Amino acid sequence: MIHDFKYLRASTAKEALELIEQHKDDYKIICGGQSLLILMRQGLVAPECLIDIKHLDELNYIQFDKKEGLRIGATTSHRTVETSLLVKKHYPLLVEMEQNIASIQTRNWGTIGGNLAHGDPAGDPGPVFIALNGKVKVANKERERTLPLEEFFIDYFETALEEDELLLEIQIPPIPSKTAVTYEKFNIIKNDQPIVSVAASITLDEDGLSCKDTRIVLGAAAPAPARAREAEKLLVGKKMDDQLLKNVGEVASKEADPVDDIHATESYRKQLVNVLTRRMLGKAWKQAMGLAREEA
Amino acid sequence: MEKKLLRITVNNEYHELYIKPKKLLVEVLRDELGLTGTKRGCNTGACHACTVLLNGESVKSCSVLAMQADGAQVSTVEGLQDKGKLSPLQRSFLDHGAYQCGFCTSGMLMSATALLNKNPDPTKEDIKEGIHGNLCRCTGYNSIIRAIKAVAEGKYKEDDR
Repeated sequence: MIHDFKYLRASTAKEALELIEQHKDDYKIICGGQSLLILMRQGLVAPECLIDIKHLDELNYIQFDKKEGLRIGATTSHRTVETSLLVKKHYPLLVEMEQNIASIQTRNWGTIGGNLAHGDPAGDPGPVFIALNGKVKVANKERERTLPLEEFFIDYFETALEEDELLLEIQIPPIPSKTAVTYEKFNIIKNDQPIVSVAASITLDEDGLSCKDTRIVLGAAAPAPARAREAEKLLVGKKMDDQLLKNVGEVASKEADPVDDIHATESYRKQLVNVLTRRMLGKAWKQAMGLAREEA
Repeated sequence: MEKKLLRITVNNEYHELYIKPKKLLVEVLRDELGLTGTKRGCNTGACHACTVLLNGESVKSCSVLAMQADGAQVSTVEGLQDKGKLSPLQRSFLDHGAYQCGFCTSGMLMSATALLNKNPDPTKEDIKEGIHGNLCRCTGYNSIIRAIKAVAEGKYKEDDR
C-alpha cells in the first residue's frame, strides 16, 4: 500500500533543484520509478513529497565525442541506451549489459540515472561504469560537481548525493588503446538481478601482453559496488597466466563482503566472485591482446 | 491528500479526472475508467500482465504512477479492436490456442503489438525477447510465439477478417 504523498512535477533541472531545496526535509526524486515504486508499495519508503523528473527532456540525451567520450543524461531510459547506435559503436558492452536488465517494459520506463541514484548494490550499470572509469555530474542549487562513480556508491541504497543534490549526467571517458572491458552477472533466471556480478578491465602495456592497468569491480558482493583493489595489484606488470588468474580470483573473493539471503549464501557468493573474476579477467585479457595485435 | 488533475488519452479517448497522486496507472485504467482488460497480476512489477503502451512504448502499468502519464497517450487491450473487429494479433491468438487461462493474454497482446510496431518481421528469438517479461503460468509460450509469428508472416492481413 503506497502512502499518500505530495506530487510535484519539475519541468526543468533548475526547477527540480528549487523544489528539492523547498522540500529537502522529506522528499524523494522519482524518475522511471521502476525500483522506487516497489519500495514505496512495501512501505519501506514513504516520502512526504515526490518530485518527478521523468519529463526533464534536457537530461534525456546521449552524446559522444572522441576526446570527451560518452555523456548520458540522467533521465535517459535504459532502452534508449540499449538501442543507441553511438553506444553500440563505441561501448558495445553497455548494449549487452542493457539487454540483460529486466524486461523491455522496465527498460522503456526505467532510467539510467534512476538506476544509479537508487544505489542498489545489485544494479548492473554501477560495476560496468566503474570498470569504464565513469564519472557522474551532480548539482545543487548553487553549484555542480563531478565525482568518479567508484566514490558514488557508499552503502546499501546510499550514494554520495547530498540531500540537496540531483544527478545530472553520467560521463564515460574514451576507452584507452589496448583495453578491453568485460562484464558478467550470475543469476538463475535470465535478466534477473545478479546474485553476483563482476566487471573487469585490462589495459595492456606497449608489449601488447603485460597488464599496465586493471579494474576489477564486484557487484552484489558488498554493501556497494566496489573495486577489488588487492586483487588488481597482483596483476600490474604481469603477463596472463592461469595460475595468476586463479590467485587473483581468490584474493578478490577475500575482498568481497556479501550477505546471506534467499538467493545465495555468503560463501556461495564468495565462490562466485572467485570464478567470475577469473573468467572476466581472462576474457578481457584475451580481447585486449587481440586489440593490441590489430593495432600493431 | 490533495487530488491532482490527470489528463490522459486512452485508446484515443480523452479523459480528465482528479486522482490521488499515489494512484498507479493500472488503478486508474481499471478502477476509474473501467477498462478491466488490463490485468493486475502480481502488482510488484514481476509478471507484466498489466502491460500497456504509453506513448507507443510498452510499460508495466502497475509500475508507473498515473500522474506520470499526464498528457500521454495510452493504449490498452480494449484499443486493439477496430469497430468491433479483432486485430490480427487477437485473431491469431484465437486460432493458435494462445489462450489458456487467459490472464496473461492482454499483457502478451500489448507486448506483441509493441514488438510488431517496431519490428514487423521478427525472428523467433526477437519474439521471445519481446515477451520475455510476460509470465504465462500455464506455460503456453509456444502457442503464443506461433501466434505472433503467424501475424509477422502476413497470415492475418487487415482486410481478410
